[in-house]
Amino acid sequence: MAHFDENARPFSHKWLNERLAIDTLKRVLSTEYWIPKNINFLWAMGMVLAATFGLLLVSGIFLLMYYQPNTQLAFDSVNYTIMSEVGYGWLWRHIHGVGASVVFLIIYIHMFTGIYYGSYKKGRELIWLSGMLLFVLFSAEAFSGYMLPWGQMSYWAGMVITNLFSGGSLHANGLVEWIRGDYVPGQAFLNRFFMLHVLLIPLAIIGVIVLHFGTLRIPHVNNQDGEEIDFEEAAELYKAGKVKESKVIPFNPVFLSKDIFVMGIYFILFFYLVFYHFEFAMDPVNFDPANPLKTPTHIYPEWYFLWSYEVLRPFPTDPGLIAFAFAQVIFFLLPFLDRSPNVAPASRRGAFKFWFWALLIDMIVLTFMGKLPPEGIWSTIGLVAAVTFIGLWIALPIITSKEKKL
Amino acid sequence: MATNNKGRRDFMGMALGGFTALGGIGALYAMKRTWDPLPSVKAAGFTTLNMKEYEDNKLVVEKWRGKPIFVLKHSADIIEKLKKEKPDDLKRVIKIGDGHYTVCIGLCTHLGCIPGFRPETNDFLCACHGGMYDVTAQVTKAPPPRGLDIPPFKIDGDKLVLGEEGPEYKKMLADGITMPV
Repeated sequence: MAHFDENARPFSHKWLNERLAIDTLKRVLSTEYWIPKNINFLWAMGMVLAATFGLLLVSGIFLLMYYQPNTQLAFDSVNYTIMSEVGYGWLWRHIHGVGASVVFLIIYIHMFTGIYYGSYKKGRELIWLSGMLLFVLFSAEAFSGYMLPWGQMSYWAGMVITNLFSGGSLHANGLVEWIRGDYVPGQAFLNRFFMLHVLLIPLAIIGVIVLHFGTLRIPHVNNQDGEEIDFEEAAELYKAGKVKESKVIPFNPVFLSKDIFVMGIYFILFFYLVFYHFEFAMDPVNFDPANPLKTPTHIYPEWYFLWSYEVLRPFPTDPGLIAFAFAQVIFFLLPFLDRSPNVAPASRRGAFKFWFWALLIDMIVLTFMGKLPPEGIWSTIGLVAAVTFIGLWIALPIITSKEKKL
Repeated sequence: MATNNKGRRDFMGMALGGFTALGGIGALYAMKRTWDPLPSVKAAGFTTLNMKEYEDNKLVVEKWRGKPIFVLKHSADIIEKLKKEKPDDLKRVIKIGDGHYTVCIGLCTHLGCIPGFRPETNDFLCACHGGMYDVTAQVTKAPPPRGLDIPPFKIDGDKLVLGEEGPEYKKMLADGITMPV
């Protein structure tokens, strides 16, 4: 039986400590969670993502109060009720739309930081895998949310993406109709994607975020040189007052203050977009209500899906689907395809340096080609970039196994 | 006694695990069935078209099961041209009285966009990924893997019932002209 001091005032520090161990929690989760000093602003992206997710959650809660998940009402409930009747409804919608777009930019920066510094190996594999799982969940969340305004882009993106599940020549039409609950996207479809968007996927995201933090705890975050730090020794040095000599700082309040500085700059940009340039996250085609009898001239996904869309597009159906499936899962395998033992920035890793920049540039090219109509020279560039993408991943185990040990 | 206990615990574990698995499978089945299309959705699956109303070489878009249906009546010279150049395509054409019709689901067989009809060239172009189809909606340029699918139909005098399988449709299926949808 634990000891409870009968004289402790209710909700006093002592009273809470005896019931919740708040001192221990604070120590373990923040003041003695050690972060290397040798890092730069790119290490703040995790907290920037967490804050953006928070904004999406809050703005989503307010949108949920007026949104109608009904094919007859959804479009007007978003474009009329929320945008012009609800007090500050436009604010929540613009935060939600801009946040959904910007969160992917930060996810990509976060991912490529990890790839550049080799933060996915030697004990950090699960950080990478849980992070990739979050990427998939965020993609599903973005897609299901895109259905809800029930505009032309919502409808036709829903049609095209659910058709992917027919598996090309497998003709699994039954599976597609099962996912939709109808022969075409309709009421059943809108309702179930609404459920996924506001409950099931956000729940899963929150769970995996906790897992993602958990996977970070034992291997700790990487640093700019990939140096293996003895965290216990460095922490003792810090606690003994040798702050300058120690290679680490506590997460709270020291590192967090830097995180918050980066977040401050980020939020200036973010709210500039929300108030003055929200239109980049609002496709004009989606301001036409869904029409099952008319496909828009060009349909394309939001910018963050364009690269994988462009891996699908230049090929015939079946190879296209295989290439698309490859693009979706291949990032998961990164810790196992990189055969080099070196944890170091790409610039010190010989051929890997060129692989990294080639991958980044190739994905930017794929993104631009995915937006352009599939005609003439654009088709050719798209095909070359798609083949390059697959080729780079096949080359990765070969070039990394030949890498010299640092 | 200790081993006996272990045996009992194993039995309890297996019994609990077995019933839990059974319940889990049952729950999964219920979840699967909840996602199925509703019977009302499945029952509203028939459309009747009056084929006399259509004009030569003019595409009309009808609706069946929420999907667009292309109806294109071919003029005599188009049929003559097909006989000479693409006799195989004629197998896709439905003959009702004196008229020749292309009736198909207007969703690209690649990923389901609606291809546009171009009257000046008498063909279809899908803007999504650049697929092309000729006048009978047979594919002429990838990525679509095949021509537009023909919905199940039954010829009833001058009328065409979509959703019912008549002998002409069954023959098309058997000959591999179209796929079951």
